[in-house]
Amino acid sequence: MQLTLWTYEGPPHVGAMRVATAMREVHYVLHAPQGDTYADLLFTMIERRQERPPVTYTTFQARDLGGDTAQLFKDAVKQAYDRFRPQAMLVGASCTAELIQDDPGGLAAALDLPVPVVPLELPAYQRKENWGAAETFYQLVRALVVKPGTRRERGALPRCNVLGPTALGFRHRDDLREITQLLGQLGIEINVVAPWQATPGDLARLADADFNVVLYPEVAQTAAAWLSRQLGQPFTTVIPIGARATEDFIQEVCGLAGVCGHAGADAEANANAAAAASAAPLLQLDAVRAASRSPWYARSVDANYLTGKRVFVFGDATHAIAAARVATQEFGFELVGLGSYSREFGRELRAAAAQYGLEALITDDYLEVEAALTAAAPELVLGTQMERHMAKRLGVPCAVISAPVHVQDFPARHAPQMGFEGANVLFDTWVHPLMMGLEEHLLGMFRGDFEFHADAMPSHLGHAARPIPVPVATPIAAQGAEGVPMATAPSASVPAGVPSARGTIEVTPRTAPWAADAEQELRKIPFFVRAKARRNTEAYARSRQLPLITLETLYDAKAHFSS
Amino acid sequence: MNPVIPIQTDRGCQEAPVLRERGQREVFCGLTGIIWLHRKMQDAFFLVVGSRTCAHLIQSAAGVMIFAEPRFATAILDERDLAGLADAQDELDRVVQRLLERRPDIRMLFLVGSCPSEVIKLDLSRAAARLSQRHAPRVRVLNYSGSGIETTFTQGEDACLAALVPSLPAQPPEAAGHAPELLVVGALADVVEDQFRRQFDAMGLQRVDFFPARSSTTLPAIGPQTRFLLAQPFLGDTARALEARGARHVPAPFPLGAEGSAAWLQAGAAAMGLDRDRTAEVIEPWRQRAGRALETHRLRLAGQRVFFFPDSQLEIPLARFLSRELGMQLVEVGTPYLHRSHLAEELALLPSGTALSEGQDVERQLDRCRAARPDLVVCGLGLANPLEAEGLTTKWSIELVFTPIHGFDQAADLAALFTRPLLRRQRLAA
Repeated sequence: MQLTLWTYEGPPHVGAMRVATAMREVHYVLHAPQGDTYADLLFTMIERRQERPPVTYTTFQARDLGGDTAQLFKDAVKQAYDRFRPQAMLVGASCTAELIQDDPGGLAAALDLPVPVVPLELPAYQRKENWGAAETFYQLVRALVVKPGTRRERGALPRCNVLGPTALGFRHRDDLREITQLLGQLGIEINVVAPWQATPGDLARLADADFNVVLYPEVAQTAAAWLSRQLGQPFTTVIPIGARATEDFIQEVCGLAGVCGHAGADAEANANAAAAASAAPLLQLDAVRAASRSPWYARSVDANYLTGKRVFVFGDATHAIAAARVATQEFGFELVGLGSYSREFGRELRAAAAQYGLEALITDDYLEVEAALTAAAPELVLGTQMERHMAKRLGVPCAVISAPVHVQDFPARHAPQMGFEGANVLFDTWVHPLMMGLEEHLLGMFRGDFEFHADAMPSHLGHAARPIPVPVATPIAAQGAEGVPMATAPSASVPAGVPSARGTIEVTPRTAPWAADAEQELRKIPFFVRAKARRNTEAYARSRQLPLITLETLYDAKAHFSS
Repeated sequence: MNPVIPIQTDRGCQEAPVLRERGQREVFCGLTGIIWLHRKMQDAFFLVVGSRTCAHLIQSAAGVMIFAEPRFATAILDERDLAGLADAQDELDRVVQRLLERRPDIRMLFLVGSCPSEVIKLDLSRAAARLSQRHAPRVRVLNYSGSGIETTFTQGEDACLAALVPSLPAQPPEAAGHAPELLVVGALADVVEDQFRRQFDAMGLQRVDFFPARSSTTLPAIGPQTRFLLAQPFLGDTARALEARGARHVPAPFPLGAEGSAAWLQAGAAAMGLDRDRTAEVIEPWRQRAGRALETHRLRLAGQRVFFFPDSQLEIPLARFLSRELGMQLVEVGTPYLHRSHLAEELALLPSGTALSEGQDVERQLDRCRAARPDLVVCGLGLANPLEAEGLTTKWSIELVFTPIHGFDQAADLAALFTRPLLRRQRLAA
């Protein structure tokens, strides 16, 4: 058993629903107990869809368990087919139905329906939502793709499929618009977009493309790899999140399409790429690049104060790795933590983290992430809805970069993460929660202000001053090793590493006490870097086995760590 | 009494045929009750023992909006737990230990059963007893089932309160000869609870308690002298558990609207031996004030046709309120479960011939709803936006459980919940 306060992903059948709901002319019959229809409101409320998800639930109850739940399932499949007449059906079980083992695939096959029926085996006690989506998409592609007898001849225009966007995906709608537009400007034809708005008939035509563009590996990697093996379609590996990654993506796509030779990357951004413009698409591309404001915004002097801001990144692997690159290379932040709940992409994540001299945090345990976040003491958190909970508790600015997200991150406006417009969105979104430059300077100079004090929220966010309790070092006698020491903390005291209330940013083991004047001086350091200063000073005192942290220790440590 | 309401000589809907349907049910499971119960009982913690689906459900239904340390969590079962039962009990002990260390402020812990834990027959009552012993006296550990296979939405509260009844203190024996005490049962909004307390007080009843209490340390005592008044219609098991401890049920309509609130307060007072005419006198000004507040809503709602999808068991009392006090016409009143004896008073007040349905086959019910084209559809969030997109006006039903709606002074607020979507449609159309 795992103690779970918040879960990063739903069960795998929710992933299957995301694929079914994204598509058209597909119906999903889910063997599930009464109540599992809650998943409908993820689509009707959070994504605000105008129609019910194409899902029929058997909603069995306790009294049905004594009877024939298999018959209940067969009836549900039959009725769903008669009512909705889909081109293809998915059948599967939820976690509870998995326990009663009615074999949805076999039962549905026995009905001998006149359309393809794809059985889904989604182990609910081992796997999670994204895996469920990937598996469902893969099974659909496998079942429906029609393999041509002869290898496809390249047409006049290069042609690709765009794979990955689903229902309930973080900004999938707008990313798709952005990337579709970009591909059009490169002179590349789009064959099929899937699963978004695709029909089973569309999936059958997947073979009629030269290569695949994979936007979300969490959903589409398995299917893309299969298409590559079976049909020889190569697929893209660069995720176009951030201005530089978008340039790399363009280069990769052009390579696969063979249209624009070695496409001209932005000469300023990428010096070694020669701009050998060959055709009209590139001229169009220059116009697109001109709309890319984020590189200039990040270079403008106003953004100077962003240099070295400590940022902690957590999300799905795709968004976390992309965000880490944008944060460090494009905005000049310092990365102090990188992690993901996507275990399937552990290798990619570890490789990415190693580039920044970090160890990747790969976990789906909210409490572990909280402990890591607390220990890293960042000035900005880029994460999911869950990291907003933690950041709020710790009083740290936060922006959302990845699912799981709530209704406010399915906005009405165009808000992509991908492409050049996506990079513009990232700049605005990530900088917004930080205190603006002038205010930060003034806070460093004058401290006693009743209104603009270091413990208040940034004033551009429009909140009244919110006093935050002064952090006090709480020495805890019995404390386990690093990691998650909760189990060893005495029940009477505050669990180690987890603040009892907003304010105590961190608790470090066996630390010398602070002298009053040193504590006083520490408070003069602006709130968002104070936790780091405290930690460094205490580490410094520990390494020298000082009995007391004095005012001088504070400055000794400052000099030590800045050298 | 409002003069427009025709006085009915028949017995309302008490013997009316009820359409019983089975099929796909678009309802929540009982785990959802945790969303409001964890706020009502502030020192209680709800630990669901279930799957990732259960965790995802509570989190999607409420959690993602709550940016704080929640007072609920899930112990997610994994393959190892499914392999052998003995191990699962040890695992549970470990999880509870970790939880109680993180939250030393917890005084009462509910182990909440789910579909997976019920299907694998994980014995949570034994676990609760063992853990109670281990963590006594600091924490009391109880268990109930909020699984979808056994409970529908608000029935989760019923199961929770029923589990709590055996641990209520007994009335001291010397009270045996004393005057009876009144117990109001069902989680009410704090403001409503305070109003009722004041109103009972004004009627001359001091010995009134509320269950559940706001803290586990102030649970009401119970015994043969207890008369209990249900504030919510979905408390069948709780009522049975209270009766098993000698308490007696006071039949009454539910305190929704001016009429319902008056009848409910009077029934409570009468059960405690107060004079009917005297209490009617005390109640009258409150009732009139509520009636005045309802007038503007009546102008908007009278004659409008309303359709209820099953959700919380509040549908029948709500339909009674909407039809009698606001003049709405009832197209169909669906309820997930119809407790005939607790709803007898309500059914008698419904206009005869009302189409009642119990259970659900959602596709067929949607067909009926579309065919009837009602002016207002009361339904869950899974159906609301799709029906709006089809041009129907909806009122999402969960809000009725999360809003103070009981009592005289909330009658107009309750009516406003139904006028708002109609008004909004009108405004946006203009």
